[in-house]
Amino acid sequence: MRVESFLLESARRFPAKTALVAGPQRLSYEELAQRASAFAAHLASKGLQRGDRVVIFLQNSPEAVTAVFGTLLAGGIFSVVNPGTKSDKLAYILNHCAAKVLVTEPRLQAIAHDARERAPAVATTVVAPFNFQPAALPNPGIDLDVAMIVYTSGSTGFPKGVTMTHANIVAAATSITTYLESKESDVVLSVLPLAFDYGLYQALMCAKVGATLILEKSFTYPAVVLEKLKNERVTGFPLVPTLAAMLLQMKHLTPGMFPDLRYLTNTAAALPRAHIERLRDLFPQAKLYSMYGLTECKRCTYLPPEQLAIRPESVGIAIPGTEAYVVDEQGERVPPGTTGELVIRGAHVMKCYWNDDAATSRVLKSGPYPWEKVLHTGDLFRTDTEGFLYFVSRKDDIIKTRGEKVSPKEVENVLYELAGIREAAVIGVPDPLLGMAIKAIVAAEEGVTERDVIRHCAARLEDFMVPSIVEFRGQLPKSENGKIARKELAAA
Amino acid sequence: MKHDISLAVRRFIGENFLFRDDGDAITHDASLLDAGIIDSTGVLELVCFLETTFGIEVQDDEMLPENLDSIRAIANYVDRKLDPRKKLELVA
Repeated sequence: MRVESFLLESARRFPAKTALVAGPQRLSYEELAQRASAFAAHLASKGLQRGDRVVIFLQNSPEAVTAVFGTLLAGGIFSVVNPGTKSDKLAYILNHCAAKVLVTEPRLQAIAHDARERAPAVATTVVAPFNFQPAALPNPGIDLDVAMIVYTSGSTGFPKGVTMTHANIVAAATSITTYLESKESDVVLSVLPLAFDYGLYQALMCAKVGATLILEKSFTYPAVVLEKLKNERVTGFPLVPTLAAMLLQMKHLTPGMFPDLRYLTNTAAALPRAHIERLRDLFPQAKLYSMYGLTECKRCTYLPPEQLAIRPESVGIAIPGTEAYVVDEQGERVPPGTTGELVIRGAHVMKCYWNDDAATSRVLKSGPYPWEKVLHTGDLFRTDTEGFLYFVSRKDDIIKTRGEKVSPKEVENVLYELAGIREAAVIGVPDPLLGMAIKAIVAAEEGVTERDVIRHCAARLEDFMVPSIVEFRGQLPKSENGKIARKELAAA
Repeated sequence: MKHDISLAVRRFIGENFLFRDDGDAITHDASLLDAGIIDSTGVLELVCFLETTFGIEVQDDEMLPENLDSIRAIANYVDRKLDPRKKLELVA
């Protein structure tokens, strides 16, 4: 099965049902499928071939969802890029995957234009809103074809392209909708960007089961979102810890205000215990799913909601149809209580990092069968005697802030581009709202100010990567071989 | 009064979200959200600034684009909150 058949099948079964609500727009399944087909026809008319890459640089909108399904209908591979991305990084991504098409919107056109100037492979720019006519399309391919590339922060400082086939996505979406017990009567409200796989899968999984997606651009105005939660009788509300913290800051919430809400999900980082308790008070009838995952396999584990009171610190068990286990340095499974690396096995594990064999071979290693690869997550875990998993720490330096992954190296690379910076290190410091706040520690020439540093970063990095704290030092601590000792700074 | 509020808000946005000395680049009615100037944590910083600078209390249900999404909207909103007569009218 291919991913676009989620949409086509729901359009056949429930043509008049609302598929998508975004701002004032409401689209039925039939309308969404028609728009996606018309978008596909336009790509085909521009010469898009099977396997060509289409970069979607849009805010959350009906056009973004249309472009995702439309690209697949045309046999292409899509990559959704965060609309906060600046032109240098967008150009890097366009070149890295040799994108043939860039899809954008007027608000982002200046950045898109600047990036495209430096990306010679891009043959076509499509600007939303779309007004295309459907046309007959050839068979787009089979489920072993690549469907998408998700760019994710890498510890080297350059984003890596997680490469997923249709079969990978169908496996992940099937597993997740199984444990969430998703159904066509569900109404899911998502404020998560479609560039984040957690946000993207809300759209894919709603299409799969024929549910309705309420797609918001952001959680900037919580009162507006909560009004929708109520009026649209939302049954599913995916969160990350920062969203939960913002929600719980609202003073006018009372238990039972949202009687239709069937479940809440949390991923990206663990919820503080106090927040779990307050969410349970506010949404007494809703199941709360604590989950854990990596873009490289979409999702690794979930904690069955009834276990939350028994083991609130656990991230649970492998998602249905997959396996998650802890190994030692030699790759051997370890007994309960022993810390080791988490390994993931299943049809949801990515095929590779796009065009990066070295990085791929560091995380995809031989599995039990000669043809199989398993995912070494780089995260340290242990299990309890009943097999429930507990996150211990990461093996690398990636910082989790606002539910996003930030590579210190990526921020440091940008800091070094600022004249007057001699040394720079970036660490995460605990923050009640953000999870971790980004802190830059720099050794700089006289005259460089905190504002200079932040302004420089804000012009080059997505907002969540911009340091909120800057500390100046005469010099930074070094390891024996002369490298800046980031771990030492983080521990201080 | 409204003019003073606008100036202060413009300066705050310029310094904190645009990282420039002034907010001249933004027009009075431009949507701060659409222009990518403010995001979900930015709006919390803005509310905190308004509360401490003008001594008002922003209620959850007042955190709406109608009140906060442009410099003009913010100035009008703060002005209403500060003027007791207008406040009475609002309540009535």
